[in-house]
Amino acid sequence: MKSIIDIVDLSVAEIEELIAVAQELIVNPGQYAHACAGKKLATLFFEPSTRTRLSFEAAMYELGGQVLSVSSADSSSAAKGESVADTARVISCYADIIAMRHPKEGAALVAAQHATVPVINAGDGGHCHPTQTLADLLTIMREKGTFNGLTVGLCGDLKFGRTVHSLITALSRYSGVKFVLISPEELKLPSYVKRDVLKKNGIEYEQTENLEEALPALDILYMTRVQRERFFNEEDYLRLKDHYVLSVEKLKNAKPDLAVLHPLPRVNEISVAVDSDPRACYFKQVLNGKYMRMALILKLLKEAGTL
Amino acid sequence: MNIDSIRDGVVIDHIKAGEGMRLYELLKLDTLDASVAIIKNVASRKMGKKDIIKIDAKIPIDLDVIGYVDPGATVNIIRDGELREKRSIEMPALLKGVIKCKNPRCITSTEQELEHIFKLTDRENKVYRCIYCETKA
Repeated sequence: MKSIIDIVDLSVAEIEELIAVAQELIVNPGQYAHACAGKKLATLFFEPSTRTRLSFEAAMYELGGQVLSVSSADSSSAAKGESVADTARVISCYADIIAMRHPKEGAALVAAQHATVPVINAGDGGHCHPTQTLADLLTIMREKGTFNGLTVGLCGDLKFGRTVHSLITALSRYSGVKFVLISPEELKLPSYVKRDVLKKNGIEYEQTENLEEALPALDILYMTRVQRERFFNEEDYLRLKDHYVLSVEKLKNAKPDLAVLHPLPRVNEISVAVDSDPRACYFKQVLNGKYMRMALILKLLKEAGTL
Repeated sequence: MNIDSIRDGVVIDHIKAGEGMRLYELLKLDTLDASVAIIKNVASRKMGKKDIIKIDAKIPIDLDVIGYVDPGATVNIIRDGELREKRSIEMPALLKGVIKCKNPRCITSTEQELEHIFKLTDRENKVYRCIYCETKA
């Protein structure tokens, strides 16, 4: 039973296949309107997240399927102390596929070990969020037409930002990709990611604290939010949260075909005035996320023999 | 210093100096109702200093634990006072139920019955990571 816990659970060929299906879904939505008729997706969200849950639910509805939803730990049996393993076993009796978000790292893997239906990790604490990476990849592909040879700037919280780690891992499998890592000292990319992913794959990268200096060379700028929930110490959060703010002024020195991405929600790190710039792609990214989730649901249900 | 030789048991030799006590704990030898000797900082021509553990009992030894703590150690099985067998030690690809994940954000911290499992991710640097949260052991 294939589940998707980490982006590396998908090969390069599988990601290309998902992108191709997503592009097909965009062009011919009607062809897939009943593809999942009679099938149910359970969205188990034990941590607040409106957009990811709604994205999964919209994806399933657009495929003609139905949705069973748990939108907070308080309203589920987890509040009574049920284990993730038992929850996964029980929900497998009701649904054909599970999308789960949980505050604990590794929770989705535990669910996948015990579920009898495919599990999609919709975020496990600060660990992995593979469908966000799929949204990022489709956005880059649609904007640039390729992953090869791109200079990708990642800005903000590169330490706790799980989407950053996953995107670096995914893009490191393509040739000629270069990363510019833009962050304050305290939020630098962890050394194990640099060693195990970048150095191991011979990927070129540079580190800087200066967004303005880095901007002109970039093809992609991936902005991130400094996440309050990842800090044990409120003081550190307050000190670092507004370190980078992308403004219209700063974008003047950027390439005309730069694509600005953000996993959202944003707080202050991208000025609202940037939204009307054609280089702002973060709302397109949200839509792309839905298409990739549709493609992933189709793939996993087919592989499970459910479709 | 005189330590009696053993008749039927196990000698774990060539343990990196300082790791003997950790190995004793992880092998749970403190729960054993038999003579166990930990000899620390023994002079060694090859290693300079080494630790040795002698167990005077016929017990199964978890070679994965030894491979995790010190893959350079050697395990000798003694029967009737003679060396019966030398076991080779390798770093295990998976380490199950030996060490605990220390990450408070890991699912193992709340899922009580869940076995703590680590995988070898970097053989050269002896790095093990939790299979759930990928935190380094």
